[in-house]
Amino acid sequence: MSVRLLPSGPDAILVECGSQAEVLALHEALASDPPEGLVELVPAARTVLVAVDHRVLPLETAASWVRRAMQHGPAQHGGADVGSGSASSGGVASAPPVVLDASYDGEDLDDTARLLGIGAAELVARHLAAEWRVAFIGFAPGFAYLVSDDWPYRVPRLDAPRTRVPAGSLALADGYTGAYPRESPGGWRLIGRTEAVLWDEGADPPARLVPGARVRFREAGSSPGAGS
Amino acid sequence: MTALRIVAPGASCLVEDLGRPGLARLGVGRSGAADRGALALANRLVGNAEGAAGLEVLLGGFRAVAEADAWIAVTGARGPVLVDGVEASPAVAVRVPAGAELELRPAEHGLRYLVGVRGGIAVPEVLGSRSRDTLAGLGPDPVAAGDRLPIGPEPEAPVALLDREAAFAPVDGPVVLELVPGPRADWFTDAARALLFDTEWRTSAAADRVGTRLEGPVLDRLVAGELASEATVPGSMQVSTSGQPTILGPDRPVTGGYPVIAIVAPASLDRVAQLRPGQPVRFRHAR
Repeated sequence: MSVRLLPSGPDAILVECGSQAEVLALHEALASDPPEGLVELVPAARTVLVAVDHRVLPLETAASWVRRAMQHGPAQHGGADVGSGSASSGGVASAPPVVLDASYDGEDLDDTARLLGIGAAELVARHLAAEWRVAFIGFAPGFAYLVSDDWPYRVPRLDAPRTRVPAGSLALADGYTGAYPRESPGGWRLIGRTEAVLWDEGADPPARLVPGARVRFREAGSSPGAGS
Repeated sequence: MTALRIVAPGASCLVEDLGRPGLARLGVGRSGAADRGALALANRLVGNAEGAAGLEVLLGGFRAVAEADAWIAVTGARGPVLVDGVEASPAVAVRVPAGAELELRPAEHGLRYLVGVRGGIAVPEVLGSRSRDTLAGLGPDPVAAGDRLPIGPEPEAPVALLDREAAFAPVDGPVVLELVPGPRADWFTDAARALLFDTEWRTSAAADRVGTRLEGPVLDRLVAGELASEATVPGSMQVSTSGQPTILGPDRPVTGGYPVIAIVAPASLDRVAQLRPGQPVRFRHAR
């Protein structure tokens, strides 16, 4: 993995990776071994922000920690599998996928399928079949950007964003899927909705989907364990 | 529990403490007082811990009645502070007797008053903080007329007669802010980077807790194309597609898609909170 460490003030380093997959791997490695004095670890599409309290964790020490994580991958605990960047023990990535029930009745479903030159049924089937991962959270509290190697489609955002998108709306933009945790404006293409509570200020963590987590969608109404 | 009864909140009155760090990975920014030093000072003056929740009042027009005897301290912006019509000193602890009205008239210097209240504003915490995040819509609702804001128990520390740090009124003329390099400085031409330091910028009226836009020449890019959104730190100066810089504030989005050319050094950051529309700003390299 080749990364660049970019300056971001006296209390942070912005680590730039070559791809989203590298971001996921680096974030996982860093999150599995957080040093004292680390304040924020924020993955995004091509970067991970490492913010520190420099009185506890000097920036140079944080930079060494990042370089070490790049070389060795996720920290290993208790003799877990070695070598695979995506299978560290104890992290959210190795936990079973979060399953979200979804109804595929979004306003933009047909238009979006047409844009991609496929049928709506195929779009839904691919969305259900894919195993997704939370690449990062952005735009709003708990709004997870999900990516999948099984998802070949990229769609542009709407030309004119909606002023009001209901909570639970399941949507597509670029190569991502995501669900609106709360009602908000938004420019993603709505393909369905989920009843799952994605944001709860009283819960720990407040976000149902956290960076690195695996996610699957299941058609609402199909019973658990009964297949699709 | 005693309380402060709000008669008029003014243009904007928010409950703020020092924010909720550590949750950016979940899409929650730090938020907190825009002028952190002023809140910490107000709190020290009334014997609170520096991070107790106080009130951030934009420009003034604020009036509130203390239900029981209270100690307050007003810092940040400078303007007439009155207790039952009698002018009180800024940046010292002031006794507000039960039933008396505290009034903050329009600020004459700076933009945001910070009001510390002995015992702290004791509204419920959300995710470990009492700060209102105006962009995310998190934390206590903006303060409205008729609100009764609970005041917490007396801290052990006494009311301070003097603070170790002298408090100065925000300056009126050109403000000089220190910058450190941003992660995307190399996305801009050498000329743009020079222009950043050679220009007297003007504070735009488009300024709030999310960001403060600056008016001046266009900062040209060397690298065209879109930047994938990335996390920003407090004071990040992002440059829009049209070439105008904006200094991101406490309620900025957790990630941003415009390149950050430079970052306002922490020592200069509180001054951004006190910039008035039209006020000139110059930058120099942080030493």
